[in-house]
Amino acid sequence: MSNRDIIFGKIATGLKALRDDKTRQATVDSRIAAKFRHPTPARVAGRSHDEHVALFKSHMTGQSATILDAATAADVPALIAGYLRQNNLPARLTVGEDAYLANLPWATEPTLERRQGRAQPTDEVSVSHASAAVAETGTLVMASGPDNPVTLNFLPETHIVVLEVKDVVGPYEDAWMKIRARFGDRTMPRTINMISGPSRTGDIGGKLVMGAHGPRRMCVVVVKG
Amino acid sequence: MVEIKTREFKANARVALDDPQLQRALAGLPGGLVAQRTAARDKLPEFEDLRDVGRDIRDHTLAHLDLYLAEWERKAVAAGAHVHWAPTAADARDIIEKICREANAKIVTKGKSMISEEIALNGYLEARGFEVVETDLGEYLVQIRKETPSHIIAPAIHLTQEQVEADFRRLHTHLPQDRVLVEPAQLVDEARKILRQKFVAADVGITGANFLIAETGSSIIVTNEGNGDLTQSLAKTHVVVASIDKVVPTLEDVSSILRLLARSATGQEFSTYTTFSTGPRRKADPDGPEAYHVVILDNGRSELLATEMREILRCIRCGACMNHCPVYNAIGGHAYGWVYPGPIGAVLTPSLIGVKAASNLPNASTFCGKCEAVCPMKIPLPKLMRLHRETEFDLGNLPRGYAFGLKTWAWFAKRPRLYHLGARFAIAALGALGGARGAFRALPFAGGWTKHRDLPAPQGRTFQQLWAEQQAGLNRPSQTRARS
Ligand code: SF4
Repeated sequence: MSNRDIIFGKIATGLKALRDDKTRQATVDSRIAAKFRHPTPARVAGRSHDEHVALFKSHMTGQSATILDAATAADVPALIAGYLRQNNLPARLTVGEDAYLANLPWATEPTLERRQGRAQPTDEVSVSHASAAVAETGTLVMASGPDNPVTLNFLPETHIVVLEVKDVVGPYEDAWMKIRARFGDRTMPRTINMISGPSRTGDIGGKLVMGAHGPRRMCVVVVKG
Repeated sequence: MVEIKTREFKANARVALDDPQLQRALAGLPGGLVAQRTAARDKLPEFEDLRDVGRDIRDHTLAHLDLYLAEWERKAVAAGAHVHWAPTAADARDIIEKICREANAKIVTKGKSMISEEIALNGYLEARGFEVVETDLGEYLVQIRKETPSHIIAPAIHLTQEQVEADFRRLHTHLPQDRVLVEPAQLVDEARKILRQKFVAADVGITGANFLIAETGSSIIVTNEGNGDLTQSLAKTHVVVASIDKVVPTLEDVSSILRLLARSATGQEFSTYTTFSTGPRRKADPDGPEAYHVVILDNGRSELLATEMREILRCIRCGACMNHCPVYNAIGGHAYGWVYPGPIGAVLTPSLIGVKAASNLPNASTFCGKCEAVCPMKIPLPKLMRLHRETEFDLGNLPRGYAFGLKTWAWFAKRPRLYHLGARFAIAALGALGGARGAFRALPFAGGWTKHRDLPAPQGRTFQQLWAEQQAGLNRPSQTRARS
C-alpha cells in the first residue's frame, strides 16, 4: 500500500465515508464551481469605487507605505524620480517586461536608469505593476511572471508599485475575479503576492521594526488616467 | 524522534516561574497582542459573525477531507507540483532528505513552519550534513540559541532584547566588537545582512503552509518579514511541508478565514505578505523555484476525525488562545514540553502523541474559558481538555496530574487579587507562591470549581465572587470528591 493509500484510507475510515459516495463528490464539485461568496465587510460592500480608492490609500498610509497620486500615466516617471531624490535613493530602477510600465514616457526623466529583468541582490530600487489592490485592508495583489518577476517584490530595499485606479477593488473576492479573468478559471501564476506595506518584524523585544528581510520602503503610485 | 518533555510539565512550570529573564520577556508581550487583537476586532463589526463562517468552512472541509485533498492534489500536479504523502513524521523526514539530496543541496533555508518543528526536521537534516538556516527572525534567534520556539507565531517571545544582543556578539564574531547594538533596528539590520547571504546561497528553501486551496492547487504562507518569500523564490527547489488539515475549498473560503487570521494573531488587519504558490516557475519566468514539492503530513491527525477531537483540526494556528491564557502568560511556551504550547498544545499534543505521554498538559488550564472565547475557529478548547482529562482518568493516570492541576489552578486563582492590588506578576509574587501552594493543597476546592464550570454559565457570579466564597468555605461540602 502506498503512503497515499494509507492516509486516504485512514481519512475515509475516520469519516466513515463510503467508497463510491457520489453525493459527497458532487458536494465538493459544486462548492468549487460555485465559488460561494461569504458576507463581505460593510466597510467595502456596496461602497462606490471612489470610496474604495480612498480607503485603500488610507490603509496603505497607515501601514507605512507612501502614496503618490498621478493624474495621468505620463506623470509617473517624474513622480518616481522625485520620490527617489527626496529619499536620497539611487536613480537606478529594475523593472520587468510589463508593457504598461514600458510604455510610460521615461524619456522625460533622463537621469533615471532602467534595467529590465528579475531583481539581483545588489539592486536597490524596483518598480512593478499591480494586478489589483484591495481596499478593505490596503493590500496590493501582484502576479508573478516575466512582466513582474517575483524577486522585484522582495530583494530591493525600495519597492515602487504602480497601480492603476481602475484596478482598485473593495473586498479580496473581487481581486480573485480579476485574477480569474486574466489567468483563467482555477488557474494561477506561479506566485500571487498580497502585499500590505513594507516588510516588518516584532521579533526583537516585541518592538516593531521595518525592513526585516523584504523592502524597507514601499511607495505606491496611484494612476488616475 | 521528536524530543518530548511534556511529562515534565510540572517541573518545567516551576522553573519558568522562577526565571526572572523569562518573566521579564513575558511581561506585557502576550498582553500587547491581546490588546492589539481587541482593537482589530473592534474595527471590524463583522468579526464575530466571521468566526461562525470560519468554523463552518473548516467543518465542511473536514467532512469531505479526502475529496478536497484529492482535488487539491490534482490541481497542484497539473501545475507541475510534486506531491508527497507522509503518514508519519519519519516518512516526512525521509522524503525531505531525499529531495535535498537530489537537489545536491548544501544550504537549506527555512521559513517558519510549525510542522517542520513537529517532525524535528532541522536536527535530522543537520545530522545528515546539510546546513539548515532558519530565516524568520524569531526562529533564527531560537536556532542560534539551540532552543525551540516558545510561541507559534512569535517564536522568540521568551527572549529579551539584551539576550539577543549578547547572542549576536557571541556568534557574529566576524563583525567589529565595538559595534553599536542598542536599538532593535540595529539588531534586525545585522540579522538581515547575515541572512541575506544565506537566502542567495541556498539550494533548497523549505516553508510551511497556512492553507492549501483545492480550487487552484496552491499553497499559502502568511508572514510579515518576507523571509518565507525569499526562501521560496531564490532557491532552485521549494519544499512545502503541510498537514492534511490545511486544505480549504476555494479562494473565497480562504479569504474569509484570512480576515480572521492576522487580526487574531497580531491584531493587524492583514499580514504584510500573504503568498499563494502554485507549481514551480513557468517557462517564461525569470525567477522562482525550478522545482516545487509539497509534503503532506498526517502524523495522527486522521485518527482524530472519528473522535470528538476532530474540532481541533479547525485550528489555523493564530496563537490567540495562548496570548489570552493565564497559564501561558505565567510560564511561557517551553514548559509545555513539545511543539505546541498554550491551550492549543494542551489539546493537540495529547491528541497527537497520546494522553499518557502528555499527561499533565490537559491540566494546564484554569478553565477560565478565554481561549474558546477568542478562538477564531470557535474550537471548544476547555471541553476538549476536559475530554483528555477523562481519558487520563480512565488510564489511571490521574492523581499526580490532577493534584498538580489543582495546585496550578489554586495558584492562578490568587492572581486576580494580585492584579487588583496592581502588582504585576513579579518576583515578590513568586515568593508568595511557595507559601500559597501548601495552603491550597489543604483546600481541595476543585470539585466545587468543576461543578460550576459544568453549568452552562456561572450565573451572575464573577471569578472573584467565586473565589471569595471558596475562601469562606461556602462550597466545602461539595469538595470532598476532588481527591477521590
Ligand atoms: S486553537 Fe483557536 S485560538 Fe488557538 S491557535 Fe488554534 S485557531 Fe488560534
